[in-house]
Amino acid sequence: MLRVEAQTRLGALALDVALDVQPGECLALAGPSGAGKTSVLRVAAGLLRPERGLVEAGGETWLDTTRGVDVPPERRRCGYVFQEYALFPHLTAWQNVAYPLRGVPRRQRRERALGLLERFGMRELADARPRTLSGGERQRVALARVLAREPGVLLLDEPLSALDARTRAGAARELASVLRQVETPALLVTHDFAEAAQLGDRVGVIDSGRVIQEGTPSELAAAPRSAFVADFTGAVVLTGVARSGPNGLTHVELDGGGAVTSTDRGDGPVAVSVYPWEIAIEPAAAARPPGSTQNHVSAEVLSVTRIGNRVRLGLRGPQPLAAEITGVSADQLGLRAGAQVIASWKASATRLVAI
Amino acid sequence: MRPFPVLLALALATALSFLTLPVVAIFVDSSPAELIDSLGEPGALDALWLSLRTTAMALAIILLVGTPAAYLLATRSFRGKALVVTLVELPLVLPPAVAGIALLAAVGPSGILGGAVDAAGIELTLQTAGVVVALTFVASPFYIRQAMAAFAAVDRTLLDASRTLGASEARGFRRVMIPAALPGLAAGTALALGRALGEFGATLMFAGSFQGITQTVPLAIYDRFSTNFDSALALSAVLVGISAAILVSVKLVQGSEALGGAPG
Repeated sequence: MLRVEAQTRLGALALDVALDVQPGECLALAGPSGAGKTSVLRVAAGLLRPERGLVEAGGETWLDTTRGVDVPPERRRCGYVFQEYALFPHLTAWQNVAYPLRGVPRRQRRERALGLLERFGMRELADARPRTLSGGERQRVALARVLAREPGVLLLDEPLSALDARTRAGAARELASVLRQVETPALLVTHDFAEAAQLGDRVGVIDSGRVIQEGTPSELAAAPRSAFVADFTGAVVLTGVARSGPNGLTHVELDGGGAVTSTDRGDGPVAVSVYPWEIAIEPAAAARPPGSTQNHVSAEVLSVTRIGNRVRLGLRGPQPLAAEITGVSADQLGLRAGAQVIASWKASATRLVAI
Repeated sequence: MRPFPVLLALALATALSFLTLPVVAIFVDSSPAELIDSLGEPGALDALWLSLRTTAMALAIILLVGTPAAYLLATRSFRGKALVVTLVELPLVLPPAVAGIALLAAVGPSGILGGAVDAAGIELTLQTAGVVVALTFVASPFYIRQAMAAFAAVDRTLLDASRTLGASEARGFRRVMIPAALPGLAAGTALALGRALGEFGATLMFAGSFQGITQTVPLAIYDRFSTNFDSALALSAVLVGISAAILVSVKLVQGSEALGGAPG
């Protein structure tokens, strides 16, 4: 198990975190840039010494500022995958992988390195230099290299951000399978909630140096504890003032006009969150048959963006909104920028958080 | 034609002819046979051999001490670092005659450390060792400055990666930082080599000009130009050849690096 506690000032940022990661588990820290994500990894690896902190891994104490323990990075068994992979440019792929293999006889070092490259389907490129490799190939070499270290913990800094959109999906699947296989605790940081949800067993949302909510990805998406988390998990966030309505529902007057109802309780200023894929779109002129959706907001279509078989609509209502519908529906409705529509969603899909 | 491009071309032509004409003249003024003949005299060969030996020794000292010093300056920040860097770079702008006087005042027979040097049984003034000291003094800032820039340009995460992969900083310095900074270190070495090979003023003042002991090629050229101009020309031609070879090899090293492209 890995335990990282750190309290330290870093310029304008006050880092204050305490994390536990169990063996075989991957904790993904997700947050905007400048939130202190990478600093947490650097504290764990010994590359950054916090004012106060504790790092324990696999029963060893790597850092304990109260007892003056600070094991240097080279003696902490960390598999640190850097954001741009940090492959040594003057060494070939196999020599990079062999770098941590010290005390292994020369002949066996090459064999061991080739074996690890083989595991990532990279044996043919063993003699290639990093600059001739694609982003995805570099990531595999970097993973093979940290596994050669036989690490007690895995630390991954934005492992997919150096990849182009095309390679990213495949690399993410590969990385997920590596994370499933290893039995060490893994700590991953990313600015992308979807990536965190895909790779992490648990996700911690970090902002301004603090972990503001931790849970499984679906827990976070279903019950965001703050507007920041709701927004970060991809939800549409509107603001308004709530008061108890009839039938146990909460009635929210939105800032800028319009009103919605929610099954959540709330009173006073609130952030209203709803996921774009919960929002249905109808033409503004249509006569609405009675249905089970409670919330209807008039809006103008600002943008129509196709993402595979889906379409993401940017909407201008009393406050900005986004909706995701199927490409088929978008075609049937003939949606284009400037169209007037009604955005509808259920009160039970509407989350309220006091602000 | 428009006037501005013509002006640019004229400026380049003027600079080029001014810079190349004297160098070309060295080879035109005497035939290759005459050049080789005048190299045959013992004093000329002594000077060449001495220049190569002293330059090699000075370079060895510069690389051995300058490389770790430059690495420290490039990778650490500490109070007074700007001052340290300025002090290290000072000999770059020092007139060679001042460098010679300064060395005499420091480690000459009556200099502030003269007694200590003498007590250690080391003779510097009017000795070959003195030439090495003078060359090291004037040439090392060229190397250290360039090496500092080369180390500073290496991505620091490479060193972090090396450490998290189990290598001490010393091993990372050897196995990662030096190879990654190598083109810049080579360029710095070439600059220091060129400066040491051409050193004149400080050597003359600190070590004197004795054939076979302290008379390097530039001193030998000065010694001869009024009495034996052909011999002076021949030695100059050799220096031009060596300097050109240094320049070309630096360009080749940097060119191959540029062609290879930066990682990332």
